[in-house]
Amino acid sequence: MKHTIREIFHSPKFLVGFSIFMFILLVVIFYPLFVTAEPLEIIGKGTFFEPGIYVNVYDGVNSKQYTLNLDDAAEKRIASKLGDQERLDMQEWLLSFGIPEEEIDIYDTEKLIELWENNYDRSIRFPGMTSARQKYFGRLNTSLAGLLSTEGIVLAAENQETGELESTGIIEQTNYLNVGQVANVRVLPLGTDNFGRDMLTELVSATGTSLKIGFIAGSIATMIGLTLGLLAGYIGGWVDDIIMFFTNLFTVIPSIVLLILISYSIGQEQRGAVTVAVVIGFTSWVWTTRAVRAQVISLRHRDHVNLSKLSGHSVGHIIVHDILPYIASYVVMAFILQISSGILAEAGLSILGLGPKTTDVPTLGLMMNWAMIYSAHIMGKWWAYFPVIVVIALVSFSMNLMNTGLDQVFNPALRE
Amino acid sequence: MAKKILEVKELTTKYITRFKENVYAVDHVSLTVEEGKSLGIAGESGCGKSTLALSLMGYYFPPLYYTSGEIIIDGQNISGMKPDDVRKSILGKEIAYIPQAAMNALNPTQKIIRFIEDVVHAHHPDATKEEIYDLARTRFERLGLPASVLEKYPVELSGGMKQRTVIATSVILGPKVLIADEPSSALDVTSQKKVIKMLRDLMETEIIKSMIFITHELPLLYNVTDDIMVMYAGQIVEKANAEEAVFDPLHPYAKGLMGAIIVPEEGLRDVKLTAIPGVPPNLKNPPDGCRFAERCKYAVPQCKVIKVGMTEVGDGREYRCIFSEEELREFYKDAQ
Amino acid sequence: MPNKQEPLLKAVGLTKEFGFGRQKTLAVAGVDIELKEGEVITIVGESGSGKTTFAKMILGLIAPTGGEIYFQGQLRDISTYKKKLEYWKNIQAIFQDPYSAYNIFHKIDSVLMDCIRMRGGGNLPHKEKVKMMTEACSFVNLKFEELTNKYPFELSGGQMQRLMIARIFLLDPKILIADEITSMIDACSRATILDMLMELRDKIGMTVIFITHDVGLAYYVSDKVYIMEKGLFVESGTPDEVILHPKEPYTKRLISDVPKIYEEWDLSTV
Repeated sequence: MKHTIREIFHSPKFLVGFSIFMFILLVVIFYPLFVTAEPLEIIGKGTFFEPGIYVNVYDGVNSKQYTLNLDDAAEKRIASKLGDQERLDMQEWLLSFGIPEEEIDIYDTEKLIELWENNYDRSIRFPGMTSARQKYFGRLNTSLAGLLSTEGIVLAAENQETGELESTGIIEQTNYLNVGQVANVRVLPLGTDNFGRDMLTELVSATGTSLKIGFIAGSIATMIGLTLGLLAGYIGGWVDDIIMFFTNLFTVIPSIVLLILISYSIGQEQRGAVTVAVVIGFTSWVWTTRAVRAQVISLRHRDHVNLSKLSGHSVGHIIVHDILPYIASYVVMAFILQISSGILAEAGLSILGLGPKTTDVPTLGLMMNWAMIYSAHIMGKWWAYFPVIVVIALVSFSMNLMNTGLDQVFNPALRE
Repeated sequence: MAKKILEVKELTTKYITRFKENVYAVDHVSLTVEEGKSLGIAGESGCGKSTLALSLMGYYFPPLYYTSGEIIIDGQNISGMKPDDVRKSILGKEIAYIPQAAMNALNPTQKIIRFIEDVVHAHHPDATKEEIYDLARTRFERLGLPASVLEKYPVELSGGMKQRTVIATSVILGPKVLIADEPSSALDVTSQKKVIKMLRDLMETEIIKSMIFITHELPLLYNVTDDIMVMYAGQIVEKANAEEAVFDPLHPYAKGLMGAIIVPEEGLRDVKLTAIPGVPPNLKNPPDGCRFAERCKYAVPQCKVIKVGMTEVGDGREYRCIFSEEELREFYKDAQ
Repeated sequence: MPNKQEPLLKAVGLTKEFGFGRQKTLAVAGVDIELKEGEVITIVGESGSGKTTFAKMILGLIAPTGGEIYFQGQLRDISTYKKKLEYWKNIQAIFQDPYSAYNIFHKIDSVLMDCIRMRGGGNLPHKEKVKMMTEACSFVNLKFEELTNKYPFELSGGQMQRLMIARIFLLDPKILIADEITSMIDACSRATILDMLMELRDKIGMTVIFITHDVGLAYYVSDKVYIMEKGLFVESGTPDEVILHPKEPYTKRLISDVPKIYEEWDLSTV
């Protein structure tokens, strides 16, 4: 036994799979201890905020300000507003306006802006230009205004008595604040989803739920499959015939169809994560049954089973001591595959809108479903679906890797 | 003296285990096989006879490694050759090898003739299908196999027939040496006899020039080979002609082996079988002195210390023991 | 040899069919056999002759499709677990392949402990059990102290087969079926195993049925030899009659196919 466990941990495939899986599991367990926010709490007003660090502007203005004279500050400021595309767009407008091409140097920022400020007129609409395009140039102009100025922004407060605005301070261009000193900073490493919920918190919670669903579904499927397989294989005869009749029946009906029908008939309100897991478990035992039965049939006429019979052991004792240990490795492998296929089945159901009810807990499938409904993939909001796909892939990849690793240890034919 | 077909000098090969230990499974083995002669190798399982068979081909692959010694086939030294060259120019042409489960090596999706074509094409790329078919047909008929076998798939043949087909195929190019490692152990007695008959026919028709036959079934060895070599723990302990090796062995281990022969012949029921107690030594860490000393009932304290070499007693007969021929015979007489 | 009038075990018209309809094959085609107490018989047959099926029917591991088995003069009844247990106290077996006959997850102690329990010694003090196991092991030249807490696969094939004999030593059955017990171990260990088994037989006076394809072994050990072909006994008698002077063509062929050393082995008859 000790030897086997050492062999297992010497298998590089198993180790890689195990490390990935443990990493995911540890994150799922420990993340909620550090981030106590509700995974389904809506924090963002608006959809799909980009991943990043969100600093509270009000707190920022009121926090201590430092002056740093950095040479490239202005350049960076301009660069963030004036990309290559904007420069080309400006060139296009200026050309249409009638400025000769040789006078425009789009890489000389100062001259370009000067030329623009001297010539731009919001009201001009060239022939062939759409009104959307005209408005775009308008917006570009606004964002350029004051870009080269060196003055700060005046902060003003309303005087309670007179109702006039009174200057309370100036934010210079060289003013900085220390993020650590700002009271409210929220890091959203994966941005927010369509409802304005923190993607990362949601994703971690969803991974946990999905693993739970996979585990419950896998356990149920393996238990049913193991029991039926053992009975059919060891007892044989009419017991085998009846069990195999039902097994074959379930084999020819695709389980996804059954899943869809059962999920649909349960109804949205009754479908919790556990219910879905149970439904998945009850529809995916077929292959385990067949595999276990085949193994048991090949085992039941082995000499060690005969010897056990001759030593006066009962059927129960023989099944537990002489059959189960021999198929244990096989069952563990089947269990791992059942977990990963349970997770995938939940994802499949949820994408179709037949997953657990949406107000309760997030699951990986539900997150995919939301991302799809709100067209995240069309709008290029990659953070709403890509991390979910990565997690699904990693979970089933790590499990399959562990499975292959185990197979290599337990199957002498694959050993080196 | 007849021409030497195979000459092996002090061949040593080793296995390297997963834990990087060296296991010298063939330890300074020398042997000579002359034209038209066959040599049998006997011994318990784990004594290195199968490893010797693999080593004699000169084709080493991990975990088996060549250490030292020479293998000379018909004047050509193959011990220093690269594995690829050995495979291209030696295997099948100079040396053919038949393992115990050779019959399982047939590709189930191909007819037997395709398999033969592959073998021939490996050495004669220009041979046409007709030539190969004619060669195979005459060869098969000469060895008592129906030519219809050529057009069959392996599953259509019985185990014994498959084994004979593989043997006939592996000697299609007329190798100088045939190494047969337990070629009939997995078969029932009738098929076994047919395989033995075929091996004898191969020698008689001079399709092969010499043969090395490996088995733990001594009666079989006695009936197939001219000379018998007994191996123990990677070393040769006795070399003699078949008659002497079976009825008058010198080395105590050989004596023990011969004492355990069971044949359905008159007189056997009156003989008390002698069995050798104990198990062979672990080759990772072989004893310094005689490797058999631990199990030998005639052993004296010096046996465990002195490294014993082979003692020659004329006519190519050799044994590895510190006792003289007369002393050993005296022991055996007392035992009876 | 004790030679009582009543046979210890008697089979009448024992038949086993496998499969249904057209695929039906007759593995054992109605054989009769009588076993006297203390007798050693050998059933010799090639693979597929039905000899192992026959042995398993006698053992009660396979139900026959026809015929009766009488044990100690009474029709054998193994319809319940209890009755089977009672039957198996009297009849035991050693199997062909020692590597597959042991449960690889169980230690050697538990294999021997099962035997003591089966003989009703389950409640004995541990010391007493160890003493019994040590005695059984030393009978087959094994040291129990070295074997305890080991797994069967840590032994060599010959040692495993000897442990099987130790098991029989503890079980003390009336009949032992030895199914090809030497075919998986090499020729040198073969003599050891046979000698030990015959010594045990002399000690506890059990009846032994050897099942084998090895004509030499049959000649060496048995009082009576049965030659089996296609589910039927084609010839039977003492080893001298059957093996040295066979009458049936099948027996003649079988024996001529075995390599000889004292006389010429005629290879021309293949």
